[in-house]
Parts: sequence; C-alpha cells; structure tokens
Amino acid sequence: MAGLVTTLGSGAMTNSVHEIRDAGCILAIGTNTTEGHPVIGLEIKKAVDKGAKLIVANPREIDLVRWADLWLRHNPGTDVALLMGMMNVIVDEGLLDSTFIEERCENFDTFKESLKDFDLDTVERITGVPKNQIVEAALIYATNKPSTLLYAMGITQHSHGTDNVIATANLAMLTGNIGKPSTGVNPLRGQNNVQGACDLGALPNVYPGYQAVADPTIREKFETAWGCSLNPSPGLTLTDMFEAISKGQIKAVYLIGENPVLSDPDINHIKESIKALEFLVVQDFFLSETAQMADVVLPTATFAEKDGTFTNTERRVQRVRKAIEPVGDSKPDWWITCQIAQRMSAKGFEFETPSQIMDEIASLTPSYGGISYNRLENGGLQWPCPTQEHPGTPILHTERFARGKGHFVPLEYKPPKELPDDEYPLILTTGRSLFHFHTGTMTRKVKGLNILLEEGPLEINPSDASALGIVDGEMVKVVSRRGEIVAKAKITEVSPAGVVFLTFHFAESSANLLTNPVFDPVSKIPEFKVCAVRVERTH
Amino acid sequence: MNEITLIIDGQEVKAKEGMTVLEAAKEAGIDIPTLCYHPDLTPYGACRLCIVEIENVKGFPTSCTTPASDGMVVKTNTPQIHELRRDIFELILTEHPNFCITCNRKERCQPFDICLRNVSVTERCVICPRNGHCELQDVADSLGVEEVTLPYAYSKELPIERGDPFFDRDYNLCILCGRCVRVCQEVRGRGAIAFTYRGSDALIGTAFGWSLKESECQFCGACVDICPTGALMERTSRWEGVAEYQVVTTCPYCGVGCQLELEVKRGRVIRVNPKRDGTINQGQACVKGRFGIAEFVHHPERLTNPMIRRNGNFEDATWDEALDMIASKLGKYKENNEIAVISSAKCTNEDNYVAQKFTRAVLGTNNLDHCARL
Ligand code: SF4
Ligand code: SF4
Ligand code: SF4
Ligand code: SF4
Ligand code: FES
Repeated sequence: MAGLVTTLGSGAMTNSVHEIRDAGCILAIGTNTTEGHPVIGLEIKKAVDKGAKLIVANPREIDLVRWADLWLRHNPGTDVALLMGMMNVIVDEGLLDSTFIEERCENFDTFKESLKDFDLDTVERITGVPKNQIVEAALIYATNKPSTLLYAMGITQHSHGTDNVIATANLAMLTGNIGKPSTGVNPLRGQNNVQGACDLGALPNVYPGYQAVADPTIREKFETAWGCSLNPSPGLTLTDMFEAISKGQIKAVYLIGENPVLSDPDINHIKESIKALEFLVVQDFFLSETAQMADVVLPTATFAEKDGTFTNTERRVQRVRKAIEPVGDSKPDWWITCQIAQRMSAKGFEFETPSQIMDEIASLTPSYGGISYNRLENGGLQWPCPTQEHPGTPILHTERFARGKGHFVPLEYKPPKELPDDEYPLILTTGRSLFHFHTGTMTRKVKGLNILLEEGPLEINPSDASALGIVDGEMVKVVSRRGEIVAKAKITEVSPAGVVFLTFHFAESSANLLTNPVFDPVSKIPEFKVCAVRVERTH
Repeated sequence: MNEITLIIDGQEVKAKEGMTVLEAAKEAGIDIPTLCYHPDLTPYGACRLCIVEIENVKGFPTSCTTPASDGMVVKTNTPQIHELRRDIFELILTEHPNFCITCNRKERCQPFDICLRNVSVTERCVICPRNGHCELQDVADSLGVEEVTLPYAYSKELPIERGDPFFDRDYNLCILCGRCVRVCQEVRGRGAIAFTYRGSDALIGTAFGWSLKESECQFCGACVDICPTGALMERTSRWEGVAEYQVVTTCPYCGVGCQLELEVKRGRVIRVNPKRDGTINQGQACVKGRFGIAEFVHHPERLTNPMIRRNGNFEDATWDEALDMIASKLGKYKENNEIAVISSAKCTNEDNYVAQKFTRAVLGTNNLDHCARL
C-alpha cells in the first residue's frame, strides 16, 4: 500500500463499499472480485444493473467479464503500461480535470513528461491489448464520472507492485476521481483483518496508526505511555526475517496464527529456515504445517469464542462477539500474549477484557481516537475517527489529501523479473478461489467446500494443452526454477494462451513451491502473479 | 422524492412516490399477508395473497405490484377480501402437505409422536426443518385457516435433490413463489435456478436437471435464506431446531467483513445467517461465511491444550508449564536481539495491539510483521 501513501498520503480504500453501486464507471483491475470479495461483487452487479460502465482489466477471463462493457486482456505484469497508455489518451483528448490537478495536486508536469514513453503503439506491443480498446477504456473511464477504481492482489503482487498502485492513483487524480462519492482508488484487502493488523502496528517500522518508530517524538509518547524505553531502529520485514533466520541472526520466533509454510513464496526455503530456528512458538487453532515444526504449540480460541474487533477493507472497525466458550482449553490470542508478558515481569499487560485494550488503542492512535466498544454497538465506525463525537470517515481526501497535495509520480514500465524462455515457456499466475481461503487452514476443514474444489487444478489454455498433448483431468507436472508440483490439468479458455493458473490454498499442490521470491523493493510484496514454468505430462 | 398521501383502511398514510401499495401499508404498520413478495426482490405478483381493493380500480389488484399514488383509497381487509384470500391460500395448500397446518394439536405434536389423524410421516410439519418458522404456517395463522375444504391434490412425489454440498432441495414442499429464482438472478447475478416444466406442471430447478455443482451456483445460500417453506434447507442444521440465542459478529474470512448472526444451541454454533441490516452485506454473504464456519469451529482436529516438543514428539502440557517455559526462553534470546514476532491478519485488532506492544515494550525489538504483504 506504499504506493498510495506516496501519492495520496494514506494506504487504504479511499471510499466505501456501498458507494460502488452509484458509480458511473467501474474499472476493476487485478481483482477477481466475485471470487475474492464475493459480496463486493454484488455491489458491482448493482452498479451495472443501474447502468454503470464496467471495465475489467485481467489476463484471465474471470467471472466479472460477463457483466463488463469492455474487457482488457493485458499480458500479466503489464499494468503500468496499460494504465499509463490510458492516461496518455486522456491527456491527448483533453479529458483531464485541470482544475482538480491545479488546486489539489503537485508534480503534474514531470509526470506528464513520463507519459511520452507510452504512445499507443508501444502500449499495444507491451500489453497485447489492441489500441482501440485502450482508447475506449480511457474514454469510458474519463467520461462516465463518478468513476471508481477497484484493485486487489493482481496489482500488488508484482516485483513492481508499488508502481502499479501509483499508476492507479495517478489515473484517479488525473480525472479528479477522488475525494468524492463513488470515486476513488480502492484496494480490496485479502484477509479479514489485514487492514487492522496494519492499523494496529503489526509492522516493523510503525506503531499503531502508522506512527513511525524512527520518529523521536512519537517514540517518546509510547515510552511514556508504556513506561519503558523503546528500540529506535525499525525491525525486519517478514521476508528479511527468514533471511536473518537462515543466517543464524534470529534464533527464536513467536508466531501468532500464521502459516508461512504455505503462504510465503518459495516454500522450500522457508521450511529450511524454520528448521534452523532454535525455538519456535506457534499459536493457532489447528496444527498447521508451520505448527508441526514448533517447539511449543498454544491452542487459540477462534473468532467465535472471543470478543474483539476487525477492521474491514473500507476501514470500518466492527465488533467480533463471543458466541460460545473457547473449545477445549484454548484461549484468546491477546490473553496468551499478556500472560507471557506478565511472566516476563512486564507491566501494562493486566487487561481483563478486549474493551480495555481498545481504550488503550484509542488513547495512543489518533485515527482510532474516538473508537470504543460502546460506539461500535450499531454497525461500526470508519477511521479516521479522532474523537468521541466524530462520526467516522466514509470518504478520504475530500477537502485535501492526507499528505496535503496529491503527488503525481512519473513511471516507467518494468517487466516482471522472470519471463518465459525456452526452458520455462509458460507464465504461471496465482490467485484465490471463492471456495477456499488463504492457506486453507479453516476452509479445508469444511467438507462441503472441499467437495466444491477438491484440489487446486492447473488451468491451462486449450492451445497450450494440445501442443503438450495434455487431456482434461490428467495429472501434470508443473516445474519452475525453484521446485515442482503435480496438479490436475483443467483445460479452459479462462487462461489465455501462454499463461497457466494455480490457487494457493492447497498444501499438496502448493503454488508457492514454484513462485519467484523476488519482491517489490518498497512494499516487500512478492511476485506471486508472474513466474516462468514448464508443464510436463507425468507419463 | 415526492411525498404522497393515501388512505388505507380509513387511515391517512404518507408514502414516497415509487412505493407500492404494499410498501406504503407496511410503513404504516398495516399487515397484508404475502408469500411471493420479498423486500430485496422485484415484485412478482404470483401468489395473489396480497390482494386489496382500490377505489375506482376494477377487481382485486395485488398490492405488491401496484404503485401507490396520491389520493388513492385502499381497503386491505374487507370480508370479501378475506374470503378470497382464504380461497387463494387453500388452493396453494392443496398442493402442499397441509394436514398439520390446520391441525388443532400442532403445538403439542412431537416428531416421534404417532399422528392421531393418520397423516403420512413424510407429510407432517413436525419433520419439516422449517417447522416453527415457516411462512405458510404464519399465513395460515393470520388468516385463521382451520381446514382445507378443497380436494387434496398433493402428488408431486419428486425425488429430493441431495447431490450437492450444504443443502438439499425438496421441491415437494415448493409453492412456486419464485423467490429463490429471483434472488439468484437479481441479487446474486447467477441464474443457477429457474422455472422449468415437467409436462404441464411448473417446477423449480436447474437447467437440464443438473446438480447445482454443475450449474452456475456459487452456494451463497441466498435461496435457502429466502425460501418461505422447507423446500430449501441446510443439511447440517436440519434437525437442530430453534437456536437458544444469536450473536452478531464479523466474518473471519475475507476483508469485506460481512456481519453474520451465529445461532447457538447447547454451546455449539448450529447455523450462520447473514445479518439482514448488516452494514456491509445487507442479508447477503458468500459460501465461506454462510456454510464454512460451524464446521471448522467445532472440528475434531481443533487444538485443545498446549503442547511442548520433547525428544522430537509433542507432549501435552499445562498452560503454566508452557507459558513459563516460553517466558524464560524468550527472556534468553531477547538479550542478543535474536527474536522475531509474526502476528496475524486473522487475529483481532486487540490481539495485534497486544502482540506489537509485547514485541516492542517487552522483547525490545521492532522485528515484527504479519502476512498482509502476501
Ligand atoms: S414448509 Fe414445512 S413447516 Fe411449512 S407447512 Fe410445509 S411441511 Fe409444514
Ligand atoms: S446458492 Fe446462491 S448461487 Fe446457488 S442457487 Fe442459491 S442463490 Fe443461486
Ligand atoms: S424453492 Fe422455495 S423459494 Fe423457491 S419457489 Fe419454491 S418455495 Fe419459493
Ligand atoms: S461472507 Fe464471504 S464475502 Fe462476506 S466477509 Fe465472509 S468471506 Fe467475505
Ligand atoms: S405477495 Fe403479492 S402476489 Fe404474492
């Protein structure tokens, strides 16, 4: 989300889910919304029923395509080129919002220079999208205001994901589609509480509310509140952690509710580094692939057995309410951590209820300052919500951008780090299925969901399949430079020729044995959406 | 939107232009029985239960399809309307098991009791999962139907469709209200089910009689939630009966954050319903939230006690043992800044806050991240 921080000053959905239905145009890029965020998919349908124009930009023929006015089937990893091409058309046609740019934004001229490299011929060559479609997309987006832009991991999971995000923000600013109802740049977050985990400072460089660890005044505030001195240097990101573990610099890991053995790129490497640990504590409600490697496993209560809050993709803080007693002798995560802290003689972990924790959060986190359990009784609050009286903020950047002026960033096209060659002639791209969730620790325990999608099939285009002599349903080997897996071939035109697709929910055919562990330099998000593979018959 | 005024049952009622007569009446607290109407769907006018009389309008229009207009004078409950409604409802009941609906013992009858009226087991409400919250029963009560005088023509004898996960379809109980068809098409955009025909009989089903799995169905459960009868019923909670209480909470799967109602009985989650006025989802959910919760929460493989690895194997431990051991070990690695913490996007805000406070204030490091990047 770093791209949005650079351009707009805040890295979250700028608008709210319910505004989507009133949009004049929706540009859905890198999001398979009906599978990844089904209920937001319903909003898109509502908008289309009311006459909104829908542009879908996706290499795969996803479900949304059938409602689309225009489907841009660009080559995987060419989003920057596609968006910059559209912006070039908008500038050429004079469809830009000059007043908005002048009053609210900065650095436009430098940005405009960088558009020169994206003439229609170049963009067509890079993206594989015909020129007339690029023009059409630009015109639809710029002339059917309010236009809302939705994206998900198809934008972020690239080695240049931050550039992709910046491109979306540039497009919205260029046309003044931001800070108003039913507009905006809207990242749809994957897991239920990704937004909250970031908001509450489960990050190496910021305290809750994105307050920088490196800022001495901020640090002082937390030192006073917590009654201790704090480490001024930002810590290691997840990917750097595994590097440090391999090098023996990190020897102990306390892991709460995650399953990196399946979710991270290049699984074999992760497994090796976890084995190298001297001490691993895992807190989870199932014995996940990672928990099996732990020294101590602590059983946790699920969401149904505890109180708390989640913050959804539109920044809405909503209550989680305890419905039943914890199963067995399991305990809520916050309770466990507080116990460990107290046994290490720490003060400030005497919380008796999550509501008390929220009160401390509110006292130290400006954007959550007005949030308390009392106020959450009726449907939640969208941050920023700085005071008890504040009604919450459905739309960001209405008067001014969070960073002051909207910052146009010039961009250049960078191809994915690993492209097909003779040895690995196909592009592998990964994603989610409607029927499973993340690494499947929860959904794969549900029989009916397994019936609906038993194993993650490898989707392959008929032309590639016939060239390889593969028939539908046969088991095939998928090989990359990092590993190989066996999966059932599903022959379908959903995947374009030259591109195969896998989901990442399945331990036995885990796409992340194959993916390329290269990262966006800023966001540190791995390139899950593009790597080179070859497919072989198994007999 | 303009405000209009109409007279319903002699009462002056304010309504907004564009509302139907039924909606205007509902707003004013006037009850008109309905079956095929649902507030989330376009009106359909199929069951005809909602008929009314309107001054200067011939016959008995269905209020769910008639737009309200300024100055309209409406009667919803004259003896004649009442009579007609009962006839209409009886007609619906001739093609539905109806003995129990009109039986004076129904409140006392238990599933395994012997029926005093000798009703076949398959046609008794007590074995229908919808018993107790069935809209046919509600309508029968509100109309005061005590017996069905028309000849019983219930002879569908359709096989129950059991080939799909999560719910069965027993179209013997279907009253052809079309609510499932409309919700699937209008709200979910799928069109997995439609009106089909077997000879001259209308039926609901998938194209070509496929299973739902082979159709466009995404198993969102919207049709199950909207069906007024027991025709569409969730399999796992079929015999669980009525919950002891409900708790509103937030879905633990994706970032949409649907508001869900967890129904609890005997300490277990027996059913999950999307909350009707849920801020985000307004009565909708997806297959994961709707059908994918109870089973993982109560899964036999849930971890139930702390475990410590000794000589390569996990051994059960008490909380005190496990926590003390962790505290002392972490204390050791803390000295050389050799610890990292990985928190979780699955956990609550409060869990994450405590985790980061612990990492920073107690372990003295900022080596802390979660899997959001992924
Ligand atoms: S749907 Fe079930 S409960 Fe309702 S009347 Fe029919 S059999 Fe009885
Ligand atoms: S479960 Fe959802 S998609 Fe399937 S038939 Fe019912 S409404 Fe349609
Ligand atoms: S299955 Fe249920 S919702 Fe569908 S038409 Fe029959 S009674 Fe109505
Ligand atoms: S019910 Fe489905 S769409 Fe709604 S939050 Fe849960 S997983 Fe997401
Ligand atoms: S409710 Fe009006 S016709 Fe059925």
